[in-house]
Amino acid sequence: MSSEPPTPFEPGEELDRAPGDDIEAGTNVRAGVYGYLLGLALAAGLTVASFWAVQSHLIYAPGIPMALAVLAVAQMGIHLIFFLHITTGPDNTNNVLALAFGVLIAGLVALGSVWIMAHLNHNVMPMSELMQMQR
Amino acid sequence: MFGKLTWNAIPWDQPIPLTAAAIVGLAVLGVFIWVVVKGYLPYLWHEWLTSVDHKRIGVMYIVLAVVMLFRGFIDAVMMRSQQALAFHSGGYLPPEHFDQIFSAHGTIMIFFAAMPLVIGLMNFVVPLQLGVRDVAFPTLNSTSFWLTATGALLVNISLVVGEFARTGWLVYPPLSELRYSPGVGVDYYLWAVQISGIGTLMTGINFVTTILKTRAPGMSYLRMPMFCWTSLASTLLIVAAFPVLTATLAMLLLDRYLDFHFFTNEGGGNMMMFVNLIWAWGHPEVYILVLPMFGVFSEVIATFSRKPLFGYRSMVIATLFICIVSFMVWLHHFFTMGSGANVNAVFGIATSVIAVGTGVKIYNWLFTMYGGRIRFTTPMLWSIGFIVTFLIGGMTGVLLAVPPADFQLHNSLFLVAHFHNVIIGGVLFGGFAALSYWFPKAFGFRLYEGWGKAAFWFTIVGFYVVFMPLYVAGLLGMTRRLQHYDVAEWRPWVLTAGVGVVIMIGAFVCQIVQLVLSIRDRESLRDTTGDPWDGRSLEWATPSPPPAFNFAVLPNVAGEEPYWAVKQRAIETQQLSAEPHYEPIEIPRNSATGFVTAVFATITGFALIWHIWWLAIAGLVAAYAVFVWFAWRDVHEVVIPADEVARVDRARRRAREEWLAAHAAATAAAGGEST
Amino acid sequence: MSVVTPAERSTWRETDPYVLGHGRGGSVPYATGHGEGGPASKRVVVGFGFWIFLLSDIVIFSCFFASYAVLARETASGPSAKDLFDLGNTALQTGFLLASTFVCGLASLAVDLRNQKWTQVTLLVTGLLGLGFLVLEVREFAEFMSRGAGPSRSAFLSAFFTLVGSHGLHVTVGLLWLGTMMAQFLAKGFRQDIRHRFLCFSLFWHTLDIIWVGIFNLVFLVGTVL
Repeated sequence: MSSEPPTPFEPGEELDRAPGDDIEAGTNVRAGVYGYLLGLALAAGLTVASFWAVQSHLIYAPGIPMALAVLAVAQMGIHLIFFLHITTGPDNTNNVLALAFGVLIAGLVALGSVWIMAHLNHNVMPMSELMQMQR
Repeated sequence: MFGKLTWNAIPWDQPIPLTAAAIVGLAVLGVFIWVVVKGYLPYLWHEWLTSVDHKRIGVMYIVLAVVMLFRGFIDAVMMRSQQALAFHSGGYLPPEHFDQIFSAHGTIMIFFAAMPLVIGLMNFVVPLQLGVRDVAFPTLNSTSFWLTATGALLVNISLVVGEFARTGWLVYPPLSELRYSPGVGVDYYLWAVQISGIGTLMTGINFVTTILKTRAPGMSYLRMPMFCWTSLASTLLIVAAFPVLTATLAMLLLDRYLDFHFFTNEGGGNMMMFVNLIWAWGHPEVYILVLPMFGVFSEVIATFSRKPLFGYRSMVIATLFICIVSFMVWLHHFFTMGSGANVNAVFGIATSVIAVGTGVKIYNWLFTMYGGRIRFTTPMLWSIGFIVTFLIGGMTGVLLAVPPADFQLHNSLFLVAHFHNVIIGGVLFGGFAALSYWFPKAFGFRLYEGWGKAAFWFTIVGFYVVFMPLYVAGLLGMTRRLQHYDVAEWRPWVLTAGVGVVIMIGAFVCQIVQLVLSIRDRESLRDTTGDPWDGRSLEWATPSPPPAFNFAVLPNVAGEEPYWAVKQRAIETQQLSAEPHYEPIEIPRNSATGFVTAVFATITGFALIWHIWWLAIAGLVAAYAVFVWFAWRDVHEVVIPADEVARVDRARRRAREEWLAAHAAATAAAGGEST
Repeated sequence: MSVVTPAERSTWRETDPYVLGHGRGGSVPYATGHGEGGPASKRVVVGFGFWIFLLSDIVIFSCFFASYAVLARETASGPSAKDLFDLGNTALQTGFLLASTFVCGLASLAVDLRNQKWTQVTLLVTGLLGLGFLVLEVREFAEFMSRGAGPSRSAFLSAFFTLVGSHGLHVTVGLLWLGTMMAQFLAKGFRQDIRHRFLCFSLFWHTLDIIWVGIFNLVFLVGTVL
């Protein structure tokens, strides 16, 4: 086998990064702490925004669930970037692709189920609701 | 003290399961005594039960699969013979027993025969093809296997202690709810599948990581053999789909054990949610089973056509296309549920679209054979049989994908014939192709070709005689799972299917004879070169059977089909590459973690099934203690000294040099004749 | 271990027929993430494997979320989300878990500095905050049950208890793991394999907070407006 061309590169950690790795850490603690503080501030801000959205009457009431979903997704993104250190850098390709696959499947299963069951409930109305309608 | 468990749990009044269990029990006892008397127990413990070597684990998976395939096949024989007899009569199996048999048949075949077969093949082959020494997490791999074995054991215990589910292999509620299935049958199913499902999930994680992160230097994604690609797609599906199964069955368990109301009639539960979720796992599951087999056929057809795989890249794309789209079709299993035309249309179209991916693959295999110098060996016969059979199964699948047609055919024998057509034609044929193809690599000697071919012909004829009539019976309106019937038009078709089963028994006998004779004559069938089929990928670069460390030096990969390139260069230059510098190799140390975990999982599972709460809690606490105990272990690797590595690899090189000389002589002789 | 120069890389590209004539989609053969440099380091392998596990865990939660979404209105004439949920408690829980995940981040910095004292302190705070979250959750569950709103009352409550309870179960498991981690750091120091385990733990802990973000928004907050 050894007559093959030499390995183009030695096994190296710089090519790939484990999810959750913090490259700044160890060399620059101050930057690491700032990163976590920034993440904390953004996450806390979005949390407050969510709680505020429910209690204030500024948002059109039927739109509140959608607003909450948007805020939730935004906050999840903040957590991914600042706490789990998932970035779009080239050394993170596999981690991001795996995440995308997981989110796609989770979304397909959850939204698909809700969609299917909503149509089912519409077509095959449960007996209790049928009774209520007849009343 | 013992929960619901009493002496009456053993079905004293039913001779069939008792006799079967007695025979199996005696056989197991006999083997155990033989092992102890011969002094093989330490060997068994150190070399197999606690082994974390992916090759050993792969072999154990396949042994489990073959044993359970036998059990499932016996169930099938009983069902077919019952239906052959039960025209205007009760047959010989009472309904409650018949219901357990068809439930057990489906459960065993999918979870404990097909899955271990597929995972066993991946275990054995993938690290060898990737040119590495083991999977990413060897101890976890061993644990996965033993958890799968736990599930299989629980299903088999149900034969004598208590009963198995009578609800079909997917335990639809409300029938599977406590109110309608008060016995332990459904609990056996749930815990067996839950425990083995966790094992499967861990295998999925292990192999996704192995394939994406540990490959030989230079082996980029588009240089991986097709079997590795399909294994990657399959394990990605495991990682994505098995959590759905775990969650769904957990909800049913909560319904049964803690009086929750997910799927009950009362309390606002919705049983159709179970059907919806279980198929969100169930459809990807069929691709989990069949995709690796597509990889097997790709390897086998390329090898025995002496050509590189046609359309490698389109094959990769088709595989990943199937991987994603298989998550968008699950509703076609319950078109008749009543979600309406819009929903049905979307899923019907998606189902037809997914067939395109498989179509691409079929053409690629055909074009690989086109113009090739085909050798009709046993694996190749299975592959060709697969192409024809799978095509028919796929076509009837596309018929079923049309919602209006499905309303006619739902739950009929047409459906039963369809999915056996794809699962037997795809997974079982693939399994047999793979077993005969990689058997010499695993054990160092080939199987008798003649008996293998006989098994193939019996199987394919038997298969068509069983299942083609069932299509007709289904079109005539015969539904699945009938314990008895009185429609005269169905009778001839059911009887024909019964004849087919007899032919299948012949196939089974051929397989046994092939194995026994091959083991007896193993010296004359010895594979000395490590490359019995003139292979193309890296597993054939190792001796047969491969040493524990697989490769003395990790290969450098410079293109697709790396071993073929190396071999051609050796033939051209009439010499092997220079001897590498050998270094000591670290390989993972044996670990009893998997075995011990499985013992506790079995105890806990059994205790939960029979509501023996103290034992269940004790089992869980013990499992946590074991976790901490093994987490504390410090030495994870053993080192194989460089001398030993050199000794093994020099033997391999000598064998290859002999082969090279023989090959040169043969080529010269052939050249002399032709001029 | 030699590092390959760009010149060597380019000769390798030109002599390799596999590269010739095939576009690489704009990337170069030594691009990161392609894993052509042989098996990745143990840290990358362990981290990636655990990341895949976490994604499968997220799929489990997506099923529980789907069930909750489908069954949320099936109260069987029992108490509904509006009658039960107490946003003050939810806010407190959210605060505890967010603080815990933040301190866990600081712990990973302490581990990188190999500072035993700060590692132990931050991990202890992480655990105490997690424990606080758990206590609040158990109290809330107990209160629901005392008001006759246990999981057997209706499909809505079954789905609620399963979704929120399985998150709580994950937190419990996390706390057990955390205790084991602290003991290992103390007994064995900052050994490589233990740092790998800690990497997995911190991923686990951060992911639990991500799932909680979904729960407090889509279960508790949406529940009070619908």
